[in-house]
Amino acid sequence: MKSAVRDAGLSALVALGLFAPLIGLVTENGDHGLELRGRPLAAAAVVVLVFLGRLLMLTRAAHIAPPVVSGPSPAMVRAGRALAPALLVFALVLPFGGSRYYVDLATLVLTYIMLGWGLNVVVGLAGLLDLGYVAFYAVGAYSYALLAVNFGLGFWSCLPLAGILAAFWGVLLGFPVLRLRGDYLAIVTLAFGEIIRIVLNNWVSLTNGPNGITGIPRPTLFGLRFSMDGGEGTFAGFFNMEPETIQRVIFLYYVILGLALLTNWFTLRLRRTPLGRAWEALREDETACRSLGINVTNTKLTAFAIGAMFGGFAGAFFATRQAFISPESFTFIESATVLAIVVLGGLGSQLGVALAAIVMVGGLELLRAFLSFLADQMGSPIFAGIANELPLYRMLIFGLALVVVMVLRPRGMVSTRTPTVLLVARGQG
Amino acid sequence: MLSVTGLTMRFGGLKAVDDLSFEARAGEITAVIGPNGAGKTTVFNCITGFYRPSEGGIVLTDAEGARFALDRMPGHRIASRAKVARTFQNIRLFAGMTVLENLLVAQHNVLIRASGFTLLAVLGVGRYRAAEAHGLEKARHWLDRIGLIDRADDPAGALPYGAQRRLEIARAMCIDPVLLCLDEPAAGLNPRETDALNALLLAIRADGCTLLLIEHDMGVVMRISDHIVVLDHGKKIADGTPAEVRADPAVIAAYLGEGDEDEEAA
Ligand SMILES: Nc1ncnc2c1ncn2[C@@H]1O[C@H](COP(=O)(O)OP(=O)(O)OP(=O)(O)O)[C@@H](O)[C@H]1O
Ligand SMILES: [Mg+2]
Repeated sequence: MKSAVRDAGLSALVALGLFAPLIGLVTENGDHGLELRGRPLAAAAVVVLVFLGRLLMLTRAAHIAPPVVSGPSPAMVRAGRALAPALLVFALVLPFGGSRYYVDLATLVLTYIMLGWGLNVVVGLAGLLDLGYVAFYAVGAYSYALLAVNFGLGFWSCLPLAGILAAFWGVLLGFPVLRLRGDYLAIVTLAFGEIIRIVLNNWVSLTNGPNGITGIPRPTLFGLRFSMDGGEGTFAGFFNMEPETIQRVIFLYYVILGLALLTNWFTLRLRRTPLGRAWEALREDETACRSLGINVTNTKLTAFAIGAMFGGFAGAFFATRQAFISPESFTFIESATVLAIVVLGGLGSQLGVALAAIVMVGGLELLRAFLSFLADQMGSPIFAGIANELPLYRMLIFGLALVVVMVLRPRGMVSTRTPTVLLVARGQG
Repeated sequence: MLSVTGLTMRFGGLKAVDDLSFEARAGEITAVIGPNGAGKTTVFNCITGFYRPSEGGIVLTDAEGARFALDRMPGHRIASRAKVARTFQNIRLFAGMTVLENLLVAQHNVLIRASGFTLLAVLGVGRYRAAEAHGLEKARHWLDRIGLIDRADDPAGALPYGAQRRLEIARAMCIDPVLLCLDEPAAGLNPRETDALNALLLAIRADGCTLLLIEHDMGVVMRISDHIVVLDHGKKIADGTPAEVRADPAVIAAYLGEGDEDEEAA
């Protein structure tokens, strides 16, 4: 008991060191510029929480069995099987129920789901740690933006081009670096992500540098534009409706939903082909693959290229949705976020990645909205304060979630692997 | 079938294999034996393209008379073109994948060609279906032979040790090799499993596949091999039939004397 108290005190001390400046001090716009204000109570509350939490953990630790890594219970399997269709139906009907806010949020979540699924091919299936995935996202976005702005090409004709260009860069990068293993590959891909961003920043004559590209055209629905004039050749004009922004927002939502589902379908099919199996075999044991006559470099390259292609699609969508892109949108943090989503969800698990993206991107935003809603209702400054600052702690919460999941479920939230082929099922079908 | 001439492999100052020459004749089981660290695995790694020999040549001549210079081919080609398969001293299965999937991955090159480089397979079009069914049939055949048909859909890593050894051999056989190189297949097996292994290897030989075998278990070596090559410190010290090798004084001095200790330690 005494040692537990000492240990908890030590933890509290560390927390004090961390949170005294982080939470205890805030800057505010005062009369004479920025002013520093103290928040001793908030910091003290957190430190006390850490102390009590640690104490509880230590005294209860003896009673808590370590997490058993076992197969999921039948009930969980059934719930899991129902979850994917339920999510799909929810995604399909969401725009009809929600306000613009929710549709926008869902679009953002779906963008991350698509990126996660794309990266899942590289990291989850082929087992290649790619820390520069954002590079392909950027290539896709800039491909579309430049083609559209300079040559007046439309979204749908540029979409495949953006994917192909991203895949091309994937191969170009992959060729020299895929002989590297593990950590080395991670570092080189990290560097590649930075190089692409820096080139975009500095090649002003092509990319307009840090000012970015504006006026990127929106996608059309079979040639119908979503513009506010409501005249000939617009969506509203064709269907005799009042032109409203929400129509375009919903359309964009369905575009990304379609793209994400395409990614999912393609990946699930790929897993069942010889190529997909070779990827997974590569992840398990590269040496054995070589001894079976598998061309390891080519197989890795295809994984890289296909992952990059999906990143490129997502990038093109991002460009058309924002109508404006600049290198600022393609920082390392994006790569890290997508990678965290893949690792959290469970390497190789499509459902896990979707869940992780929903929780990490959507969940946090919803929590913020809920807190500010509570604050409005109750007039409580505490909730308002937390709601306002929640986005600042996004990365902290992300990191915490990663640590917790990795401790409790080292293989991610959804860690079961479905075999790509069954001998028994063949007898039935 | 396989002829190794003047093979030398240096690691820095260490000569792991020193001017080694031997032949493995078609349709025979050739055993490579020698004390720990004699350089046996290194020879295998040279034959299967994992190491590039410092000197010497390795030539494989198949039944049709085609010649492959294995010392100059990239590793994956040695398996896919020259049809040399191998297993590893420490088992290398795809542990997270099922037993059946392990056998399908081994047929990768055949299947991927049939899949029209994946496009046909993604769309699920005709020709690939037939190829996959054929691949499954072959996998089923090998599962029957190694007695693992009931465990086909379990992860390979969940199998008992002896079964994993057999599966690794079956996986190697799925590339339709002309030469199968086995690195200590009997290590860690109990007597019953060892007998089953002997039967399996003899059956593989009867099917016309040539075998190259590294083994410490003298029981296995003496019973099934047609021809034995003995290494010590990277040099060949004897080469002949089991009876000849057993009677060779150099072998008794260098190997069998300490070999007994090795076996007890292992
Ligand atoms: N990659 C390598 N780098 C440096 N030295 C190596 C390498 N591989 C093998 N050696 C050395 O070469 C020698 C022969 O090793 P090898 O693994 O071929 O022996 P072995 O006959 O297979 O022994 P065992 O019966 O223990 O498997 C050993 O001294 C070993 O340390
Ligand atoms: Mg060895």
